[in-house]
Amino acid sequence: MLQITCPCCGPRDEPEFRWGGEVPLVRPGPPEQVSDEAWAEYLFTRDNPKGFVRERWLHALGCRQWFVVVRSTVTHEIRATTRLTDTLPEALT
Amino acid sequence: MPVRLSAFSLVRNALSSHERWPQLWRSPEPRRRYDVIVIGGGGHGLATAYYLAKEHGIGNVAVIEKGWLGGGNTGRNTTVVRSNYFYPESARLYDLSLRLYEGLSRDIGFNIMLSQRGVLTLAHNSHQLEMLARWLNAMHLNGIDGELLEPSRIREWVPLLNDSPTARYPVKGAVLQRRGGVARHDAVAWGYARAADALGVDIIQNCEVVGFLREGDRIVGVETSRGELRAPKVALAVAGHSSVLAAKAGFRLPVTSYALQAFVTEPVKPVLSCVVVSMSTGAYVSQSDKGELVTGGALDLYPSYAQRGNLPTLQGAVAGLLELFPCFSRLRMLRQWAGIVDVVHDSSPIIDEAPVKGLYLNCGWGTGGFKAIPGGGFAFAHLLATGRHHPAAEGFTLNRFTRGAMIDEGAAAGISH
Ligand SMILES: Cc1cc2nc3c(=O)[nH]c(=O)nc-3n(C[C@H](O)[C@H](O)[C@H](O)COP(=O)(O)OP(=O)(O)OC[C@H]3O[C@@H](n4cnc5c(N)ncnc54)[C@H](O)[C@@H]3O)c2cc1C
Ligand SMILES: [Zn+2]
Repeated sequence: MLQITCPCCGPRDEPEFRWGGEVPLVRPGPPEQVSDEAWAEYLFTRDNPKGFVRERWLHALGCRQWFVVVRSTVTHEIRATTRLTDTLPEALT
Repeated sequence: MPVRLSAFSLVRNALSSHERWPQLWRSPEPRRRYDVIVIGGGGHGLATAYYLAKEHGIGNVAVIEKGWLGGGNTGRNTTVVRSNYFYPESARLYDLSLRLYEGLSRDIGFNIMLSQRGVLTLAHNSHQLEMLARWLNAMHLNGIDGELLEPSRIREWVPLLNDSPTARYPVKGAVLQRRGGVARHDAVAWGYARAADALGVDIIQNCEVVGFLREGDRIVGVETSRGELRAPKVALAVAGHSSVLAAKAGFRLPVTSYALQAFVTEPVKPVLSCVVVSMSTGAYVSQSDKGELVTGGALDLYPSYAQRGNLPTLQGAVAGLLELFPCFSRLRMLRQWAGIVDVVHDSSPIIDEAPVKGLYLNCGWGTGGFKAIPGGGFAFAHLLATGRHHPAAEGFTLNRFTRGAMIDEGAAAGISH
């Protein structure tokens, strides 16, 4: 089981959280100018890397804040968690 | 030709203490040039190679596997086979697969232990019952067998099911597909490997593809841990590692890799004659020939390439199972494991050309591609050999995500595996 350090509440067990996808993921716009290809990229296409990845998590059963986790998809090691508004040090991205 | 397996060969080899069985397939030195290189020695890769040789006469084929045959999801799955899908596209593909399974032991001369014991999908409330009825209508329109069972009939099929009036998940009805069931996963991999080898296919294990060879904008071969191998067509069938290899070829896929777990209990006398799937708890279970209960549940909660599962999902799956079968609570779990599955947004596969010339894709089977091995391999071989989609696999293209032409089985039928 993962223990994830919510930037707001501190370390909590995995079942309190929900995974929310890779970041950065920027919604294209304005909508009427976005091609089908760009929408599909945004909605469905992912890096899905084997190794460290930056992702968004929600502390669903806690403060209900979204935040950023730097996690390895191979070892599940968590290197850092930060608020969405914080900029990650280059070495952690 | 490999040795024909028969009662006679069994007896003869028993007399020599089973020490004289020949290898099921050769382990040749890779040739430098092939007509087709298949990456991934799981069921889909091996079936593709077999049908390339058998149906299209293309035997100059290599299957490149980084580990051992079937060591990916093919050897890790819970072996449920069925074709009770919702959309016509899926029904065509998965029923082709089931029909091929029905003749496979004979076709490849290897017993895959197909047991069509029935797959029973349970509804636990009136809404699910309506969904099941709608789903069954779709199946009938698609020409797939299936029948709706009343609770009293369900009790005849599964007497141990919790039918107490206070059950958290009372059983309101079920859809039964009698042609569904289970097959032996290792035998599917080994049988296809043996049959493909006999038709000249080179099966190269312990050989990892680490990159692609290019000429201009085409892929013309692979770089492996055992050197460079060339072929005008390279076929990708690596399930959970599809994104990793796509990245090496310079493109991205609508695929996310997750761990999916399975569990096996200690063996007991026969207690369960069919496969049971529950719409509410997500749990499903069957009993193996050894007597073990084989069970599983939902995906793990976050993407992963670690072939091991996490505890919360295990707890959820076991809790779901015990809601259905309280009497299983005394059984001990013997083994737990996970495979890395290639999940796409609409829970349907991709069998298509890749965005890079010379490369072809067979992926996106996610939690349910064991049942699809014969059909997926058949259709993929057709695409590789003829350059056209097999009629039973139309619609499973990569650009369906751009066109919005999803085949959303996850939403329509809601049941994986
Ligand atoms: C726990 C679990 C339960 C499941 N239950 C069911 C079920 O009941 N019914 C059902 O229909 N489906 C089920 N599935 C899904 C099913 O197992 C898969 O969809 C199917 O086996 C996929 O087959 P494949 O040949 O595409 O992939 P795999 O069998 O995973 O084969 C891919 C192969 O590619 C190899 N590979 C990867 N990268 C490289 C590389 N760089 N170079 C060389 N080789 C490489 C891997 O080692 C692997 O052997 C389940 C899966 C799991 C994990
Ligand atoms: Zn919090």
